[in-house]
Amino acid sequence: MLLKVEKLNIALGGNQIIKNLSFSVEKGEILTILGPNGSGKSVLVKTLLGLIPYEGKITWGEEIKIGYLPQGLSQLKMQESPLTVWEFFDLKSSSPSLQDVKHFLGLVGLESSILSQVAGTLSGGQFQRVLLAWVLISHPNVIFLDEPTTGVDIAGGKTIYSLLYDIKKKENITVFLITHDLNIVYKHSTNVLCLSRQGYTCFGKPKQILNKKKLEQIFGMEVKYYKH
Amino acid sequence: MSTQLMLSLISGIFISGIAAYLGTLMLSKKMTIVAGPLAHLAFPGVALALVFGFNISIGVFPFVIVGAILIWYLEKKTKLPLENLSAIIFASGVGIGLLFLPIDKAEEALVGSIVSITPVETFLAIVLSVLVFFVTRYIYKKVILINIHEGLAKIEGINVDIYSLIYLLSIAIVVALSVYLVGALITAALIAIPPASAKSISNSFRSYKILAVLFGIMSAVLGIFISKIFGLPTGPVVVLVGVVIFLFSIIFKKSS
Repeated sequence: MLLKVEKLNIALGGNQIIKNLSFSVEKGEILTILGPNGSGKSVLVKTLLGLIPYEGKITWGEEIKIGYLPQGLSQLKMQESPLTVWEFFDLKSSSPSLQDVKHFLGLVGLESSILSQVAGTLSGGQFQRVLLAWVLISHPNVIFLDEPTTGVDIAGGKTIYSLLYDIKKKENITVFLITHDLNIVYKHSTNVLCLSRQGYTCFGKPKQILNKKKLEQIFGMEVKYYKH
Repeated sequence: MSTQLMLSLISGIFISGIAAYLGTLMLSKKMTIVAGPLAHLAFPGVALALVFGFNISIGVFPFVIVGAILIWYLEKKTKLPLENLSAIIFASGVGIGLLFLPIDKAEEALVGSIVSITPVETFLAIVLSVLVFFVTRYIYKKVILINIHEGLAKIEGINVDIYSLIYLLSIAIVVALSVYLVGALITAALIAIPPASAKSISNSFRSYKILAVLFGIMSAVLGIFISKIFGLPTGPVVVLVGVVIFLFSIIFKKSS
């Protein structure tokens, strides 16, 4: 068991965001947290990370090391200062060595010449790869990906998700994917946790979740989706 | 060179250097605007000092530091944007100041008093600048990461509240020092202009920091000399030299 959540309740500013939620995650699984904007996906993630107070029980397994790729970490934010890619890695509390940084850049398919470039000037795909390397370099065994620019092709038909999936095959990491993109759900996830704005929740294998009726309950309207 | 000029130059170099260094951190959080309101909190302090006849610095420091702590606390409590809170602090400072400030004696507070700085004050300015330099260097990377993303910083094990407070206190000390150099009205210029000049022509954070400090010190030294030669008030001249450097940096950027 990696994570067990029992009767979780989260309220923010008087609003009940998450109500009576229970689910569990095993080591090496990919859990997709699916729901429309405003359904509390990011709030749930921040709660699991210990950044928001809650009621109920959250139990993490032993020797958990979490990596987090937050929502809204955009290049725009990086343009506020002329930070090079190397200087961005140097911000980490662990102060990684140059050799380590080069290794992880290689893992996500980047040349080490990118280190001297200013992070704010990278292409969207390059920036996503740098971020993934930035998270992976701490050797996390659990990774949270909060809606990294969904489905963006970061080179050769690869998305941030497929790249992560490749890396996951080599290292036994557990992945939490937060998304509203149904196409990603079907492909790789072990389980899907769905949240809706109306407080409806469900948890199970993608095949059980991704049917028309359930999706309408999650997204509250007619949805188009494609079977893979 | 007279001893007085030496003292002005030495304190000017230290104050403008540390102001620019801290400014590089503030510019990346779009916080340089906070320095202005904080500087205006010096007014009540100056007013009290003038009314009761004690040294202005004794009046300025407590007010600015309490102001910084207030901003920190209110941001945590109300979640209002910093700009907004600064405006409130700014208004309170000027309001209270104007109630008590003897306007005819207020010139020192408005345009700075570096030309009459005493040896003890110079010594204090050096000690505080060096102290803030080391504190800023220690918190620098952590604050940058907090600026980029608070959640990310927390996962990296950074205590956001504590570092934000240390950061604001450093700003408060630098602001109080800057009030000496250029006066309360244009303090923000010492903090905002050199980093702005450096940013447009830097290709890494390292060069950005070094250039900012260099530009800050240049403005102070040239400003003090020019004002001395032409008999002009020092504070405004220091700021205007900074503006000229900024204009050059834009031209240099365009041509490169």
